[in-house]
Amino acid sequence: MTLELTARDRSMLDGGQGPSAAAAMKILVAFSNAIGARGLLDISGAHIDGCLYHGKAGLDFVERLVEGGGRVQVPTTLNVGSFDLIHPGMVKMPAAEEVPARRLMKAHLELGCQATFTCAPYQTRFRPDFGQQIAWGESNAIVFTNSVIGARTNRYGDFIDLCCAMTGRAPAWGLHLSENRRGRILFDLDIAEAEPSDSLFVGVGLIIGQASGDRIPVISGLPKPRDEDQLKALGAAAATTGAVALFHAIGITPEARTLDEAFQGHLPEETIRIARADIDQALARLSGVPDGASLAAVSLGTPHFSHEEWMRLLPMLREAAPGRGIPIYVNTGRATLTRLREEGALAGMEAFGLIPVADTCTYVTAILKRLDGVVMTNSGKWAHYAPGNIGVTVAFAEMKDCIRSAAVGHVVRGVS
Amino acid sequence: MTPEAGTAVVERLGTFQLAGEADGLALVFSQPLSFWGGIDAETGEIIDHSHPGLGQSVTGRILVMPSGRGSSSSSSVLAEAIRRGTAPAGILLERPDPILAVGAIVAEFLYDIHMPLVVCDISGIVSSDRIAIGADEDGGAMIRVRAKS
Repeated sequence: MTLELTARDRSMLDGGQGPSAAAAMKILVAFSNAIGARGLLDISGAHIDGCLYHGKAGLDFVERLVEGGGRVQVPTTLNVGSFDLIHPGMVKMPAAEEVPARRLMKAHLELGCQATFTCAPYQTRFRPDFGQQIAWGESNAIVFTNSVIGARTNRYGDFIDLCCAMTGRAPAWGLHLSENRRGRILFDLDIAEAEPSDSLFVGVGLIIGQASGDRIPVISGLPKPRDEDQLKALGAAAATTGAVALFHAIGITPEARTLDEAFQGHLPEETIRIARADIDQALARLSGVPDGASLAAVSLGTPHFSHEEWMRLLPMLREAAPGRGIPIYVNTGRATLTRLREEGALAGMEAFGLIPVADTCTYVTAILKRLDGVVMTNSGKWAHYAPGNIGVTVAFAEMKDCIRSAAVGHVVRGVS
Repeated sequence: MTPEAGTAVVERLGTFQLAGEADGLALVFSQPLSFWGGIDAETGEIIDHSHPGLGQSVTGRILVMPSGRGSSSSSSVLAEAIRRGTAPAGILLERPDPILAVGAIVAEFLYDIHMPLVVCDISGIVSSDRIAIGADEDGGAMIRVRAKS
């Protein structure tokens, strides 16, 4: 199986569009050979998960592209970095790490990437349309754009997403191709809830992530979501406990109007039934402490809080009126934050302990002032990763319970 | 003719995900290892508490496992380990892994250090077997395994 390149690909490889495009094409070709792709295809957008500093190699790579005078060839958004550039001083870091980590974010801008610094590029004006070929990094963004929007990307990340952006090309393999997007495993939900809670969607995500392996999951019987944020939470959880890049939900997601469409006329290789008890069990594993435990902070917005989520949160804050004692961190995109500020929606909210965080996330960098207590979250992804990443104990709950708990200073759940 | 135990060299063929030559002692795991969160790029030590190789060093070894695992950040960690000289000398996998391939390809591009990545049958290889990775006449991977003595 050999890779066929177009005349334009070959010209780029030979330096016809400068040394940076040539370098990116060289790596893309080596990668395409390594995975057995037969050709490349055009992409219309990219999302780069390259702004978190993992060591010098990552920065060396971007600097090499900057030195070669390269620019991204398609509209390209950036995932979170290690800093909140909107709120200087929020992130504490030793200078030896801070200098290269800041440079990494800036170097990406010099390549022409957009300063979005969000893990939810689908909430920005760069949101792709159904059927568009794109190259995205960041697991929650990948599963959202494939599943909820019906745009097409593989699980890119680290270096290769940027090579796609610098060339405007991606290997023609995997989820870019229709036949590879068919469902393989069926999850049959046996749950009747007229107004499904947010945590139901998190629970379903946790279960399908764990059980799907590398098979594309199809969910039947999923209650109609209130909004796309519930599907965001489902996908993020599935991409946390597993490697899910695409799920179909019958009657809900765009490539699954019917069971037959989701499986492209094939039969499921396996069917798994999910009952309410399975969901409760999966959610219980996210909490390391019982109700009543003393609270250090609340963290919301993983993935980044949408404008709609803010509109649900702000009335809850006014109603529960927590004091400043327990900080309520909310991770969000800078564009969403700008809109809220323009609307005046955040005026006076700091009195309730609200601390908006932009450009980064509370579990990837040093933001939380206290790490010795319990942090409450409504995010399955945050609950899963934060104990290992930053060493906190987590209690998972609905957003409403997180805010009520902040008001009383300890974990309360399930109150109506 | 029976060769003495421990001296027999068994050859097997494989496919290069990234071509190169390497020689080293095998470090074999039946469980995949994620480089991100699994290996300290500064020391080459395995730091994943849920992995049986915890505390062992991958530096200079031929890492043998069924597949890669986990986050795409593993590409960065592998590239960084190759840069620092703490990486394995080569990796043998049963199934191709795009994430490890990216890390090895980028490290070769940036630092001109070649860490071959091979897909082949890994059955029968045990830790401390001596493994040499090279190319056959057709550009495929040739793996020579000398059982530990």
